[in-house]
Amino acid sequence: MSTTAPATATAGAPALRRRTRVPLAPYLFLTPGLVLFALFLVVPIGYAVWLSLRGLRISGGGPFGRREEVFVGFENYAAALTSADFLSGFGRLAVYGAIAVPLTLGLALLFALLLDATTTAAKRFSRTAIFIPYAVPGVIASLLWGFLYLPTTSPVSHVTEALGWGSVPFLSGAALFGSVANIAIWGGVGFNMIIIYTSLRGIPSEVQEAARIDGASETQVALRIKVPLVAPALVLTGLFSLIGTLQVYGEPTTLRPMTTSITQTWVPLMTIYRDAFTRDDLPLAAAASVLLALGTLVVSVVLLRLAQRRAFGDAA
Amino acid sequence: MSAVGTPVGTRPAIGAPAARRPRQRARVLPTAVLLVGALYCLVPVAWVLVASTKSRGELFSTFTFAPGTGLLDNLGDLFAYGDGAFLLWCANSLLYAGVGAVLSTLVSAMSGYALAKFRFPGRDAIFYAVLGGVLLPGITLAIPQYLLMSKLGLMGSHWSVLLPSIISPFGIYLSRVYAAAAVPEEVVEAARIDGASEWRTFTAVAVPMLLPGMVTVFMLQFVGIWNNFLLPFVMLSDEHRYPLTVGLYSLLAKGSGEPALYSLAIVGAAVSILPLIALLLFLQRFWRMDLISGGLKG
Repeated sequence: MSTTAPATATAGAPALRRRTRVPLAPYLFLTPGLVLFALFLVVPIGYAVWLSLRGLRISGGGPFGRREEVFVGFENYAAALTSADFLSGFGRLAVYGAIAVPLTLGLALLFALLLDATTTAAKRFSRTAIFIPYAVPGVIASLLWGFLYLPTTSPVSHVTEALGWGSVPFLSGAALFGSVANIAIWGGVGFNMIIIYTSLRGIPSEVQEAARIDGASETQVALRIKVPLVAPALVLTGLFSLIGTLQVYGEPTTLRPMTTSITQTWVPLMTIYRDAFTRDDLPLAAAASVLLALGTLVVSVVLLRLAQRRAFGDAA
Repeated sequence: MSAVGTPVGTRPAIGAPAARRPRQRARVLPTAVLLVGALYCLVPVAWVLVASTKSRGELFSTFTFAPGTGLLDNLGDLFAYGDGAFLLWCANSLLYAGVGAVLSTLVSAMSGYALAKFRFPGRDAIFYAVLGGVLLPGITLAIPQYLLMSKLGLMGSHWSVLLPSIISPFGIYLSRVYAAAAVPEEVVEAARIDGASEWRTFTAVAVPMLLPGMVTVFMLQFVGIWNNFLLPFVMLSDEHRYPLTVGLYSLLAKGSGEPALYSLAIVGAAVSILPLIALLLFLQRFWRMDLISGGLKG
C-alpha cells in the first residue's frame, strides 16, 4: 500500500496542475468501500430485482412435467400488492408507527430540552439512565418488556389482580400496538435525545441570553428559540425513526412466543420472511423486498423534501 | 458551513458541569419529569437483574420485583446449557461486532477521507450513491443478501454475517463530514510537498485528526452489529455460530414449550446486557454525537 499515489507524490516538482490529471489516490482509498458497497448493496438489490421478475412454472405435461424457472414479468409484484397478508401488515405498521414515531421524537425533544434547561437538577444521572436502553438489543428489550406484559410476571397485573380487576391484557387487542410501540420508544428515546441535546448545546448562549433579558420565560426560550434552531436534528431523528419503523421485525417476532395475537404476517418484513423461508417462494419475497425498499426510499425523500432543509446536501 | 466547523472541538464536553451560565434554582416539576423518564428507562433493566435471581418456581409466583434465591443455579444452568452455547454466542457477538466495527471504521475513514479531500471525476456520483445507501439501510437488504450468499455458498458461515456488516453508508457519510471539517487542506498540502505518499499522508497526518470521528463511527457500528437480529437470523442455521440476540431468541422461542428455558433466557439477557452498558457508559465521553447533528446544518 505504500505505492498508492504516483499521480500526486512527485516530491518538490513544480505544481503540475494536479487538476488536469485524474488522480489515482482517491480511487484507491475508495476501493474497499466501493467493492463492499457493490457486493452487499448493489448486487443484492440487482439480484433481488431480477429474481422478482422470475417465477416457477410447470412445463411439459403429464408425468414429464417439471418445474422450471421462467420470466414472469410483474406477476410477483401484482401478487405482493394484492396479498391480504402483506397489505394488512402495512396497515398494522401504520398504526404502530403513528404511535411510536411521534412519541419517540416528542419524548426525546422533551428530555433534551429539560437537560438543557437551567431549572432542572439530576441531569447527569437522568441523561445516562435514559441513554442506557440504546445498549440493549431490540430482541432483548422485547424479552424484558414481554415479561413485564405477561399476566403471570407483570408488576402491573400483580397490582390490578390484587385489587380484583383482573390482569391487564397488554398483549392482545388494541393494546398490543401500544405495547410493541412502547418497546421501540423505550429503545429509541435515549439515542435521539442525545442527538438533539448535542445540537442544543451548539446554540450560542448569547441568543438565549438576549431572549431572557427581553423577559422571555424558560419555556418560551425553549419553544421559540431552541426548537427552531435544532430543526435539522429533528428532521434527521425523524427520518431515522421512520426508516426504523418500516423495518420493524425483531420486536414482534420476539413477542410471538408470548402471545397468539401476533400472527406470522404481523408486519411486512415478517410476511417476506415467511414467503422466503416457510413457503420457499423466493421470487415473491424478492418482489416484496424491492417494494419495501422502494417504499422506504420514497418516504425518506418525501420527508426530506417536506422538511425543505438541506439535511444531507452539502455535497457540492 | 459554519456548523461543520463546530465538531472540531471548541465546545465543552457534554459531561462538563454547566458553567456557561449561572445556575438557577432547580424547579420541582421539570426535574420530576426528567426523573420519571429516567425511571421508565431503568425499570426493565432493574427487572431483568431482579428476575435473574429467581428460581423457576419463583419467577411465576413471587412479586415481580421481589428478589429470589436462584441466581447461582440460574448462572450454572446458563453456562451449562448446550455445552457452553451461551459463551459461544458471546464470543460470536464479540467477533461480529468487534471485527466488523473495526473493519467498517477503517473502510469508512478511507472512503470519507477520499470523498472530502480529493477532487476527481465521479466523486459526486459516488457520494450520492452513499446517501442513497444511508436512506436504505440494513434490514430491507437482509433477504436479498441472503439470496446472494446462498448463491455464493457462504450461507451459514461466519462470513455471511461479518462481510455485510462491514459496509456502512452512514459511517462513510459521517467520516466524510468529519474529514471535511477536521483535516485542514493546508496540512494535507504540506505533507504532499514534503514528499509523503498519499497513503502516508493519510495514515500519519489525517488519521490522528480523524480519530474522534472514527471512535464515533466504531461505536455506532459496534452497537448496530451487536444489536442486529434479522441478518444473523436469516443467514445462520447452526446454533454454534449464533450471536447473542439470535441465541437468546432461540431460548425464548423454545421456552413456550419448555418453561425452564424462560429462566435461562432471562438470566442470559441480564448477563449479556451488563458488559455492553458498561462499555457504552465508559465510551460515552469519547463520542462525538455532535458529529451527527452538526454535519447537517452545513
